[in-house]
Amino acid sequence: MCLAIPGKIQSIEQKFDGLVRMAKVSFGGIFKEASLEMVPHAEIGDYVLVHVGVAISVVNEEEANRTFAYLEEMGEIEEELNIKDFLPSNTSNDSPN
Amino acid sequence: MKYLSEYRDPAIAKRYLDKIKQIVTRPWTIMEVCGGQTHSLVKNGLLNLLPAEINMVHGPGCPVCVTPLNLIDKAIYLAEEKRVILCSFGDMLRVPGSRKSLLEAKAGGADIRILYSPLEAVKIARENPDRQVVFFAVGFETTAPANALSVVHADRYKLDNYSILASHVLVPPAIDAVMNDPETRIQGFLAAGHVCTIMGIEEYYPLAARYRVPIVVTGFEPIDLLQGILMTVQQLEAGTAKVENQYARMVRPQGNPRAIETILEVFEITDRMWRGIDVIPASGYQIRERYASYDAMRKFSVNIPEAPENESCIAGAIMKGIKKPVDCPNFGTTCKPENPLGAPMVSSEGACAAYYHFSGLVEQLEQIH
Repeated sequence: MCLAIPGKIQSIEQKFDGLVRMAKVSFGGIFKEASLEMVPHAEIGDYVLVHVGVAISVVNEEEANRTFAYLEEMGEIEEELNIKDFLPSNTSNDSPN
Repeated sequence: MKYLSEYRDPAIAKRYLDKIKQIVTRPWTIMEVCGGQTHSLVKNGLLNLLPAEINMVHGPGCPVCVTPLNLIDKAIYLAEEKRVILCSFGDMLRVPGSRKSLLEAKAGGADIRILYSPLEAVKIARENPDRQVVFFAVGFETTAPANALSVVHADRYKLDNYSILASHVLVPPAIDAVMNDPETRIQGFLAAGHVCTIMGIEEYYPLAARYRVPIVVTGFEPIDLLQGILMTVQQLEAGTAKVENQYARMVRPQGNPRAIETILEVFEITDRMWRGIDVIPASGYQIRERYASYDAMRKFSVNIPEAPENESCIAGAIMKGIKKPVDCPNFGTTCKPENPLGAPMVSSEGACAAYYHFSGLVEQLEQIH
């Protein structure tokens, strides 16, 4: 029931006597109509998460990429920790100068 | 498809799985709250790929499964006796009522229509001014804005032939109920990403603190789930109990304020009966007095006696994460999708249906019998 998938807004028009902003959303080439009432700032070209005919969120592109960077970020943090483990206890991370 | 296909990449999935295997040192029991997550975990074979230490148990996040038997009987009564146009999401149709399902009532001639969106039901009401149209409005927080919006739309047109039969439920009180069960062994949660798209993540902080469990708001694709599990295991191994957001591409910490506003315009919090579980205090929405004329319960006086549940169905224990579908002696034998004893066997979010269709256990059972 909570199934919702992201699609790209292709066009926007006012429907229901001009009261509702409705979008034509492309899901990999399949088009569906969705109400934009819950995402008033969504524009053509935005990716929106659509659930039962209502767009409920605009995809945050920056955050979308973080899932792929997560393991690398984890790796870097671990490396830093490991390096500290091998440093002599009286050595700080600051430059010796 | 952008923002979908890349979260199904097998090579990245393997890297996440390797990382989980690398950091896990002892057994952990984690519940994924949403039935959509259960299906993704089973369908993509992730339960078989996770290290043996990780025990995933399946949560109550299946709205169709927790909709009370009596309400299904009422929907059937409205369609058969009151001759309304009864509109519903498709998932509800095969769920057994006490005498029959909505699908059987439809086969018997009742005007029952499967819709993709409640907004379509309002359109049907406008096109059929001489008929009463009722939308069977089940769902969690994710679906509440759309169902509320249908009432707002109907009210704009002053429709006197549209109403909803509401059975709305909420995730945080269900986590409370699950954790208060003396048999629970849950140590961490993957919270339901789409619910949090609407409500945000703040209401999970008190839960994480009260039960000392990590709660990671998680998406639905394989990579999302694996990242959510990794984040939960990292916390469990470190002994922390924080709320984290794996699904930040969709979920803002404050949720969707416009959607929350729309929900609260139409609905107010109420106690709700959860099928197979019990009444959970302040765990659902009912229609506010102001919109009473759009409430099918108040509009049609429907007095259907409470029917007993099938006692051999262990749906409640499964949805609380105490048992798994395979622990049920009826699974795949006397309980199958074509002849279900309980709702989780037919819903596209039910744990039993996920195991039946995708786990390969049914083939094993057939070889035994």
